[in-house]
Parts: sequence; structure tokens; C-alpha cells
Amino acid sequence: MEITVSTAEKLGLRPEEFELIKRILGRTPNFTELSAYSVMWSEHCSYKNSIKWLKTLPRDGSRLLVKAGEENAGLVDIGDGYAVVFKIESHNHPSAIEPFQGAATGVGGIHRDIFTMGARPIASLNSLRFGNLKEDKTQHLLSGVVHGIGHYGNCFGVPTVGGEIYFEDCYHTNPLVNAMSVGIVKIGQTVSATAAGVGNPVFIVGSATGKDGMGGAAFASADITENSIEDLPAVQVGDPFQEKKLLEACLEVIPTGALVGMQDMGAAGIICSTSETSAKGGVGMKIDLEKVPTRQKNMKAWELLLSESQERMLMIVHKGREAEVQGIFEKWDLPCSQIGEVTDDGMLRFYMNGELEAEVPAESLVLGGGAPVYHRDYTEPKYFSKIKSFNPNKIPVPDDLKDVAEKIISIPNIANKRWIYNQYDSMVGTGNTSINQPSDAAIVWAKEANKGLAVTTDCNSRYVFANPLQGGMMAVAEAARNIVCSGGTPLGVTNCLNFGNPYDPEVYYQFVYALKGMGEACKKFDTPVTGGNVSFYNQSPDGPVYPTPTIGMVGLLENINDKMTLDFKEEGDIIFLVGKSSNDINSSEYLHKICGVEYSPAPKFDLDEEYAMQQKIAGLIKRKVIASAHDVSEGGLFVTLIESSFNNKLGFDVVANDYKLRKDAMWFGEAQSRVVVSVNPLNLEVFKKVMGTHPYEELGVVTNGTVEVDGMYWGTILEWKEKYDTAIETYMNHYLAE
Amino acid sequence: MKFGVVVFPGSNCDRDMYDALKYDLKQEVVMLWHKDKELPGFTTDDCIVLPGGFSYGDYLRCGAIARFSPLMQAVIDFANKGGKVLGVCNGFQILCESGLLPGALLRNANQQFVCKNVFIKGEEGKALKIPVAHGEGRYYADKATLRQLESDNQIIYRYCDADGNITDAANPNGATDNIAGICNANRNVFGMMPHPERACSEVLGNTDGRRVFKTLLIKNLQLTAEPVLA
Repeated sequence: MEITVSTAEKLGLRPEEFELIKRILGRTPNFTELSAYSVMWSEHCSYKNSIKWLKTLPRDGSRLLVKAGEENAGLVDIGDGYAVVFKIESHNHPSAIEPFQGAATGVGGIHRDIFTMGARPIASLNSLRFGNLKEDKTQHLLSGVVHGIGHYGNCFGVPTVGGEIYFEDCYHTNPLVNAMSVGIVKIGQTVSATAAGVGNPVFIVGSATGKDGMGGAAFASADITENSIEDLPAVQVGDPFQEKKLLEACLEVIPTGALVGMQDMGAAGIICSTSETSAKGGVGMKIDLEKVPTRQKNMKAWELLLSESQERMLMIVHKGREAEVQGIFEKWDLPCSQIGEVTDDGMLRFYMNGELEAEVPAESLVLGGGAPVYHRDYTEPKYFSKIKSFNPNKIPVPDDLKDVAEKIISIPNIANKRWIYNQYDSMVGTGNTSINQPSDAAIVWAKEANKGLAVTTDCNSRYVFANPLQGGMMAVAEAARNIVCSGGTPLGVTNCLNFGNPYDPEVYYQFVYALKGMGEACKKFDTPVTGGNVSFYNQSPDGPVYPTPTIGMVGLLENINDKMTLDFKEEGDIIFLVGKSSNDINSSEYLHKICGVEYSPAPKFDLDEEYAMQQKIAGLIKRKVIASAHDVSEGGLFVTLIESSFNNKLGFDVVANDYKLRKDAMWFGEAQSRVVVSVNPLNLEVFKKVMGTHPYEELGVVTNGTVEVDGMYWGTILEWKEKYDTAIETYMNHYLAE
Repeated sequence: MKFGVVVFPGSNCDRDMYDALKYDLKQEVVMLWHKDKELPGFTTDDCIVLPGGFSYGDYLRCGAIARFSPLMQAVIDFANKGGKVLGVCNGFQILCESGLLPGALLRNANQQFVCKNVFIKGEEGKALKIPVAHGEGRYYADKATLRQLESDNQIIYRYCDADGNITDAANPNGATDNIAGICNANRNVFGMMPHPERACSEVLGNTDGRRVFKTLLIKNLQLTAEPVLA
């Protein structure tokens, strides 16, 4: 087979990249080698179009034990000899084509990133985006994705403790499925994704290798089109039972000290794990591909290198200790095969039955080594002019606010998500404290360290669409706010950057400015970015999705009993809004979904004001002055109040203080940096003292179950709860009945 | 009384059960490996627990493979000699598959996995809030078996609402007669779908599970234990 530039292009490489490969090798690559470069230099593995800007994010912090990008996931010190390991990753394109397996293997992949470092995953979260829930296609995708996440996570045995989901038209063809895993490890028991020691044996452990997921990394780096269904073999198939055994076996092997390094096999399988571990250790490897256990006969060298079969790990073992490792894998009934050894010259040599199939420098394949880095152009999107021309005065304030409120709590973005989360095991591990006592972030008890972890994922992508810079900040700010409102101290961030095609300068503008905003906010909240994932090409012929830089944040509670919950506790408690009411309906669910306005600016936000507000909330919680704290987000103040009432079936009697404010802005506006707190009257004086000059206003009192707004009776909490609880189910039960 | 928690490949509530028994209920407890053939040091005063999870992946029928594991043969002998056995969730499924308990657990009526707090009613009288987490938890038995379970008082828990009313709405999986748990005729083998080990810790904000362990196994259990480690 003659290899030409057109072969390279068929594999997704650009002509200039083909030239670069020829220069590196000093010859024309063969097909196997070219395939290796095509996946390793895909956006998914190389970050070639994003790394320039990723490097501008704050990546240092006193608690950070490894820097972003150094290992498979971030590692943050939580004291007393323990560290938290966490990462978020996308599985958007596979889920668009095959929602069940796409989502399932997304969950499997992110957990592997955590336990390949030696940590036991103790919590998972997910961040999902779909099109309009009225559409059959959306119901099909939602049903499959939720089933897939549940199938994998429930069997693997890690609780799904939190997440978020939004339904917006722009995600109709290209849904987003981002999964996050959080693990705990004893400092000193971590494993590095590195190879070292000439002559040390290299093992492949876990599942046998098949042709599934062939070239998935390259597939993830192209637009979704109507022909994407033909890429079905690029979607992997998951086996959570195998992964559960792999987890236990890996965590049993690590304390023996027999391992030099370990790297999970996700995107680009054997080629990725061998090249990354070799490049990191400055060594090479000789691999005999015929020794790889396979699921089917006659697999070719390039297929073995690129296969994305799940539940596999590459292990580099100290020579002489092979038997110990093999013994443990035998105990767990898992294949464990030596496939090669570490060499000293930095070259990867892959043999098949003695025949050299590929010979490439490990360094040349990887990010930070030979992989190309691009500077992309960007220009301000044209739709910004529509945003600038929005005039709120043309939106009449509705007369019947109760009617609007009822519609708002039935919007799928706001309504109860129990149809989704009841399909996830949220309690396995007996560490999720938020089932019986909910908070803005999920609070997970890390038992062995006896500390609380506050975890959350956040991103309102409509805000980012309206203003990428501020929207990026707001995503980080909301995550920090959720953690602070739960009694935690923000520790660090992992991000999943979901954008459209980076070769479109307007999309790239969104990317650049969202990252600038995120970076600024991460500095403010002292939450370094520990790692994450970039997912470009989230677009269909209809255009790109909203820019969606999902933030996964982890916070710490030194004492789990210091947690704060979001629900009103007692009739008669006084309700305050911490922060300022604002005459702002911009980019709210109300304006977008009820009034039907697509283009409006992002809601009011000021980073310093947000930070000051969070400090106040942290102070109130520390001094045990407040009974509940719940931040104002989608749907505005009314939704915050009603959500605070559900758990204990209480209600509220509130009035707007400022008659100059639009009523719709008062109750449904989404101006940022606001939190609803409830205070026992006995604590009133201390509350006011702690608040000092920070803006706050008294809204009213907690009732025993009635809802009254501006002196009008709005019914009982049970009536509101029924509407809130059943909105999503109505769509989905109808779908399943068909 | 000593507890042994059996670890099958794919068990994922084994540690939770261990933690609840050891730290919340202050019991002596050891982990047992499915490949072992004996229960050394266990007498009929002791209790073997089959925990929840997905033994062998549950790709066939839940519990259908686990019943053939080497240790299960020993557990069956142990139960037949009068030793206490508790199966929770996947453990209940294994007990039914192995014939230690009658009936079977079918796929939930709505075909979906369900995880949430439910209420169950047993001899404690008051409704207990205990979580469920299963895809195949719909208890089924033929009419004659059901009649016998009923007449011998072998139905140990039924799904109910917060006030203790046994209603269809309170049934999370479509189980016959709202059955959440049963025991054998000798009252030494217990199986239930809800997870009492998930409701034993003050940190989790629910300690109703302690009552289940007290009723079924640990008669002298103190219900108000100190919060653990906190």
C-alpha cells in the first residue's frame, strides 16, 4: 500500500502534519505508523488547538500535589495524609450515535483515570445537555444516556451524587455527556503514568482487545453529521463488571510496590498508553503485539494499536516481581499478559510475530513533545450585535406572576430531575450525606480520611453564549458558591470544555474568552485547574452548540458536621436575601423560555462582589448563625425559595422591598451573587453583626406550608411540589409508553 | 455473635455492610472470599451476610451465577444447620436462586433501576425509612407459596408510605403484595431488597436501619449509638 498525503487526509491528518511526520521519521510512514500519528495528533489526544490557551489557566496552588496535565487526573492534598483525585471528561460524540454505550463507557473511562492513579473512586457526577425535551429524539437520547450512566455506575459501585442537566435547542443533534469522578488516595500510595527501568516488563491487564472503538479519538475530533451513524464501530462497548474487578485488582497491586507505573487505556488504546508512559519516563518500549489477548482472530497491527476496547490497563512492573502481580490478577480472574519491555532509546517498536510493524519516537507522538501546536484565529461573533440591541423595556411585566411562576417551575431545566437521578445508585458507599440532608453541592463523607468533600458541576452555557468572558467567570463562581453554601472551602477545578469547530473563528472566540474568564475567576477563588478535557467539534449542520465550559469543583469540609443544608428548617425563621436585588431579566429562563427571547446579555455579575458575598456566607456558616443557605440560580429568587421549602414541606411569606424593581426581575431574574438564607429569630442580632455593611434584605418568614408572595396567597407547598416533581416525568413516561 | 460478609466478584455493598456492622453497630465482622470452600470459625450462633452489588456482573439473572460459587455451598450447609444468613438486595437474589428462600426477584415493573428512600413496615410497627437500589427487585412467588409465607408469618417487610399504609404508590418495583423482605420457615434465613446498612449512620442522617438489624439479628442492640469517627 502506497502512503500518500491523501491517505493521511483520509485518516484525519492535515497535509502539513503529514509533512511533519515525514520529517520526524526521515522517511514516509507506513500505514500502521500513520494511523498511530492520526489518533495521537487528533485534538482529543494532543490538544493541538487548545493547549496554548489551556496553559493560561492557573495551575499552581499550595495544595496541588501534581500539576495539570502531568498525570491522568488532578491530585490535591486534603490533609492528614490523604489526597483527593478528580477529573471530568466528555463522551459527547459516542453518546450522540449510541447513547447507552456512549454514556456508559464515558463513566467507565473517567473512573479508570482515577483508579489508574491509585485512588478509589467515591463519587461520580455528570453534566448533560440535550435538545428540547418535547422532541422524540431528545427523549430517546435522554433515556439511553441515563440508562447507560446508571448501567455502568450502579454496577461499578460508585454513587452518582450530583450533576446538572439542561435542555436547549442547540444540543438537538449533538448532546453533551460529561462525566466526573472523585477519588481518595493515601499520599504516597499513588501511581504515576510513567515507564522507567530498561528491561522492566510491560503488561496489559484487564479485558481482551477487540475491534471496538476503532479510531474513537479521531472520531471525537470531527463534526457530527448525518453520516456519523456509519461511525458506529468507533463507539466502544463497556463491561462494568470487568472494570469493578480491574479496580479491586489494581488497588491490591499498588501497595505491593511491584509497579513502576500504570496508565489506563482509553482513547487510542495501546499506542496512547505506551507512547505517553514512555515519553514521560524518557524511555522506549519493545512490544510484541501477538501477545495481546484478543477477542477476535487476525487483528492487524494498526487495529491492535488503535483499539479502544474498554477496561484495560498498561502496567510497567519491576523486573523479578511479575509473579506477585500475576497472582493478584489471577485471584480476580483477569487476564494479565506481558507484551513487551522497556528499552533505552526512546523508540517505540511494535512487532507482530517477529516482524517490525512500526517504529516511531515515543516523544514525537505526544502532547508537549512532537505533537503540533496551533494558534487559531478568532473574531467577535456576529450574533453579538443582536445581544447588544436587546431592550428589556420592550418586554412587558406580566400581570399574573403566579401563572408565570407555575410555568417556570415546570421548565425541564428547573423541574425536579428525579426521573433521572432515581435511576442512579446515589447511596452505594454509604458516604453521600446529601440524600437525607440536601445542600447546593453534594457532600460526600470520605470515611478513611474522615473529612467531607463538597462536589459540584456547573455551567450555564446560555450565559457563556451571551458573554463568553463573563460566562466563563460565572460558571466558576457558581461552582464555588455552591460549595461555600454547603459549608465547604473550594479546593480546585477540573473542566470539560465543550465547544464547536475550532477552525471557525467565531467559535474560537468563544473558547478564548471563556477561558480568560474562567482563569480570572479561578485565581480569585484560589481554585487551580487540575486538569480536564477539551471537546471541540460539538456542532451539526445547524451550527455549534452553546459554548459549554463545564466546571467540576471539589471543596473540603474539615469536619463533616460543619455542613450547611439548603432547606428551611422551622416555621417562623426569617428569610433574607444576601446580595442585591437587581432590575435584571437578562438571559434568564424566564426571558428565554417564557418570553421567547434568544439574544440578551448575560445577567449582572461582578467577580469582586461575588467573592465578598461568598466570604460573608462562609462567615455565617462558621458562626452557626443561619439555618439554611441556597443560592439564586436558574429561575431566579422564586425558584430558590420554593426549592428551599420542599424538603421539610414548609412554605414562605415574602414581599419585594423595592417597588421600583420590575416584578419579573425581582422574582425570576437571574442576577448573580445572591443567596437565600433563613435565620432563627434568636440569631438575628448576630446575623446582622456578621453581615455588617454587605448588602442584604429581609424577604419574609418561613411558614408551615403556605406560599404567599407580595401579600397574595399562592397555594400550598404540596401543590407546588406536585408540579415541580412531575414535569419531566410527564414527557418521559409518555415516551416509554409508546 | 460474629458476622461474615461474603465478597463475590462484583459485590459493591460489601464494604458498606462491613462498615455498618463494625462501626455503627459495634459488631465483630470479617470479610469472606467467594472462592473459599469453608466457613472456618463460624458456629450456628453467627451470621453470614450476602451483600448487595452485581455479583458476576449479573449479566444472566441476578444471583444466578453467584449461587454456584464455592463458598455458597458452605453457606447453604451453614443455613441448613440453623446458622443465620442475611441477604440484602443482590444477596436476597442469591438466596432465592440458591433455594434458601422461596420465590424470585423479577425486573422492576417499570423496567428501570430505582434508587431512593422508601418506607417499609415489619414487626417494629412503625414505618422505617430505608433506601432501595435495584433493577430486579419485584418479588414474585406462586399463589401457594404466598399463602404459606403469609400463614407462617414469613413476610418480614412490606413497602408502605411514611404513615405505614401499604399502598400501590409506596411500592417501588411492583412486588407482589408489596413484599420487600421474607424469611424461611425456620426463621434463620432473611432476604430483603432495601439496604438497612445504608441507614445506620448519624452522618448520613438516617439510622432506621439499626432497627432492622435489631429486629432480625442483634436483639440486644443499642439503637442510639455514638456517631462514628466524627
